[in-house]
Amino acid sequence: MEEYAATQLRAEPHKGDPQGLPLMVEAIDITKTFGDFKALDNINLMFKGGEIHCLAGENGSGKSTLVKVISGIYTPDKGTIVVNGRNYSSITPVQSMHEGIQVIYQDLSLFEHMSVAENIAIGKLRETNQRLVNWPQIYEIAAEQLSRIGVNLDLRQELREASISTKQLTAICRALAMDAKVLFMDEPTTALTSREVDRLLAVMSELKKSGLAIIFISHKLDEVFRISDVVTVFRDGRKIGDFPSRDLNQRRLSYYMTGREISYPKYQRTSPDEPSFIELKDLCKKGMYENISLKLRKGDITGCIGLLGSGRTELALSLFGLNRPDSGQILIDGKEVSISSPTTAMDHGIALLPEDRAVQGLFLERSIAVNTTAAVIKQLCSSILGFFDFKKERSAAVDSIKRLKIKTTSEDKLSGELSGGNQQKVVLAKWLLTKPRLFIMDNPTVGIDIGSKSEIYEIAQQLAHQGMAILLLSDELEELTSNCNRIAVFYHGRIIKLLEEDELKDPHTAVFINAAIASGDIAKAQAAAKAARAGAAVQTSAAKEGK
Amino acid sequence: MKSLHLHVKGQSAKLMAESQESAGAGAPASTQNSWFKRYFIADANLNALCFVFILMAAVCALAFGSSMYSGANLQSMAFQIPEFGLIALGMMLAFLVGGIDLSIVANACLSGIIAGFILTGQWLPGLEEGSRIALAVVIALTLSTLMGLFNGILIATCAVSSLIATLGTMTFYSGIGMALTGGRSVVGFPDSFTSMGIAEVGGVPLIFIMFIAVMIIMAVMLEKTGNGRKLYLFGGNPVASLFSGINNKRMNLAAFTAIGFLAGLAGLTIIMRVNSAKVGYGDAYVFQSLIVCVIAGIHPAGGRGKVIGIGITTVLMQMAASSFTILQLSPYTTKLIWGLMLILVLGLTKDGRKLLNMLSQSLKKPAARRPAGSEDA
Repeated sequence: MEEYAATQLRAEPHKGDPQGLPLMVEAIDITKTFGDFKALDNINLMFKGGEIHCLAGENGSGKSTLVKVISGIYTPDKGTIVVNGRNYSSITPVQSMHEGIQVIYQDLSLFEHMSVAENIAIGKLRETNQRLVNWPQIYEIAAEQLSRIGVNLDLRQELREASISTKQLTAICRALAMDAKVLFMDEPTTALTSREVDRLLAVMSELKKSGLAIIFISHKLDEVFRISDVVTVFRDGRKIGDFPSRDLNQRRLSYYMTGREISYPKYQRTSPDEPSFIELKDLCKKGMYENISLKLRKGDITGCIGLLGSGRTELALSLFGLNRPDSGQILIDGKEVSISSPTTAMDHGIALLPEDRAVQGLFLERSIAVNTTAAVIKQLCSSILGFFDFKKERSAAVDSIKRLKIKTTSEDKLSGELSGGNQQKVVLAKWLLTKPRLFIMDNPTVGIDIGSKSEIYEIAQQLAHQGMAILLLSDELEELTSNCNRIAVFYHGRIIKLLEEDELKDPHTAVFINAAIASGDIAKAQAAAKAARAGAAVQTSAAKEGK
Repeated sequence: MKSLHLHVKGQSAKLMAESQESAGAGAPASTQNSWFKRYFIADANLNALCFVFILMAAVCALAFGSSMYSGANLQSMAFQIPEFGLIALGMMLAFLVGGIDLSIVANACLSGIIAGFILTGQWLPGLEEGSRIALAVVIALTLSTLMGLFNGILIATCAVSSLIATLGTMTFYSGIGMALTGGRSVVGFPDSFTSMGIAEVGGVPLIFIMFIAVMIIMAVMLEKTGNGRKLYLFGGNPVASLFSGINNKRMNLAAFTAIGFLAGLAGLTIIMRVNSAKVGYGDAYVFQSLIVCVIAGIHPAGGRGKVIGIGITTVLMQMAASSFTILQLSPYTTKLIWGLMLILVLGLTKDGRKLLNMLSQSLKKPAARRPAGSEDA
């Protein structure tokens, strides 16, 4: 702790240029304020060609603001941007594009109803001022860019039918077609499966070799370490420092980002050992999942891991009454129930925190108070005429804000104005008011900064200690291993392995799970875990001998 | 009723302590003046609308003086507002659930025609005048409500878009009316029926009082009850409302059924005033009620807008129409003023929003400031 604090104070800018990489963009003393809020405070930063530069920081730390300043969306209050040796005190989006700066935003901003080829070529064609569409030219441009990143895509595929990964690659190619020299990528891996992430990271290293400066913004620290050369950490609008990524580890990085030591506490089930209260028996839904059998006890945090399309989300929706199973039984307290709608699910004490917070979870244009009470409107009404009790709503919202530590000025603030972590807490608050017995959380921490993440874990674990059963669907293995006392591994719609408490204590479980979700082969995965165990044993014995 | 207090059994001391620390952050910014604020200041659209209304009233006072504000003219305006106001209220409900209802006027005409058949004794002959009127009113309202319900069923269970569904039923309902009447007017209502249309209480037309009552009931139901809240939430984001356990189908059914009832009321009001029923009465109201909704700040995407906005806008429209009558301009010119109004209010709303943001920022500032340290909890 002490040691980190000291480094932080002395954090040297990443100078010295051993490989002689060309300087592409330099930000000098950039300051940007919004009202009283200092979004960027005297930021000095250099981006070099042939380097993958990661911007790390919690939500609202200033990373995105910096990207917007450099790409010309925001005008800085103070400071200079130097691009290709030219000084700009403020740069317009058009100038920025002409200098070869391209940004790929999280939502990608593509034309969904057009083909891959059109999307790639459109920016470039717009510049040439042609009046007519020249199809051969469109395909030529698209094919050329795709070959640059060494990827094959169906050029004629309409984008709305394409996978997110294809869209992502299309957006990259569009940027390349515009002669990008500096490429910003904002959270590009959020919606990708691990295999697609691998492909994307490979493309990024390919681009790096060709001399592009790539600036990568991600919350996923393991990806940061896998791909980046330099990491710049932001906190509260200030730069904490530039660090070569080989000098960092996850713990140190998260310390720099949050200013505090973060370690996820390991969940230990404390509830008395009583029989399960929810039981799934041979649940099937054609094309989604089959023969799902699972027992959930009070205080269980059951993790569900698997690739996209492994049937996890579909199963969660079935339990919440939004996806009727074809066959099989759901037993609650020993009685068979039919969950035909979210309303019946709620009557049975089941809550679902959906995957897509902005669309499914929240009414972004409504206040925190309205959102927190959205699932308990009936309980807040007088029984005869159905008048809504606004006072109770307010007190429920104020209580939730306190209990879940939602950072806001008032319960009347629009939920759309909150940061991702606080938005997710509002969704949690909404469901906690219904007092669920089973809380299904579908990827609760996607796109959420580390600080809020650990707070959400803390809340989940506390709820489980009080006897709630939680079904935690996640793509992050670390999230599951630290929060769950059981993990179900999904593959092609089946639970191929249910890891119980004892098995999770084995440090090589991670190797097993990773192999199992990718191959679906238990024997293979066990072999991999065994090999890892043996490898570790060899290492320790070697270390001992070395001594 | 379940208690909503968030008591956490065995709450860890740590969470307690921390929640106390950030207690300042959760305190309500201001609860005073909230009624006025909620209705007028906090709502940019309504604000702009009130401004236009006052401007209009002032201009009329200067330009026309007593001819606009004479008792006779005010009364004649009050006679004309209800039939159109009811249709606009119906359209507002459709807008609130993110839809549109093109069949309101067709529904109103058809229920008017059916009421007309009973009133004239062509159907169910041999009844006394009093029971004939009562029966006509009840049957017309029941049928119009059922027609609304039919729209609701099409939209909620068959997943047809409301535009397509009501375009179909509009033609369908008009077709039934045409088949029943052969395009002719149904005339010859009992005097005691038509006299309701011109009755007044202390100078205020009875139908206008009825319209105000409907507005108040609707405002209370939408803004003060749980079902109203659900309707707004559903309109604003149907996916999130589904995921919050709100019965989306029921919301569509309720909204369109209520529209049907309002259409029935409008139909009766029309035949009372015109003293005849015919397919095609008030056809222009469909388009005009859309404009009224937009001006009144009812968001076409759903989930936003207030009943009082419709009230103000219908009065505004009537004042405009009246001033044109006073100026003896062609009635077609009325359309022109409607279009101008639309552009004016929308333009004002945009700037009004900016102005309002600045105002509310300066109002909020003292309340928003929090004790230092609460931010980095």
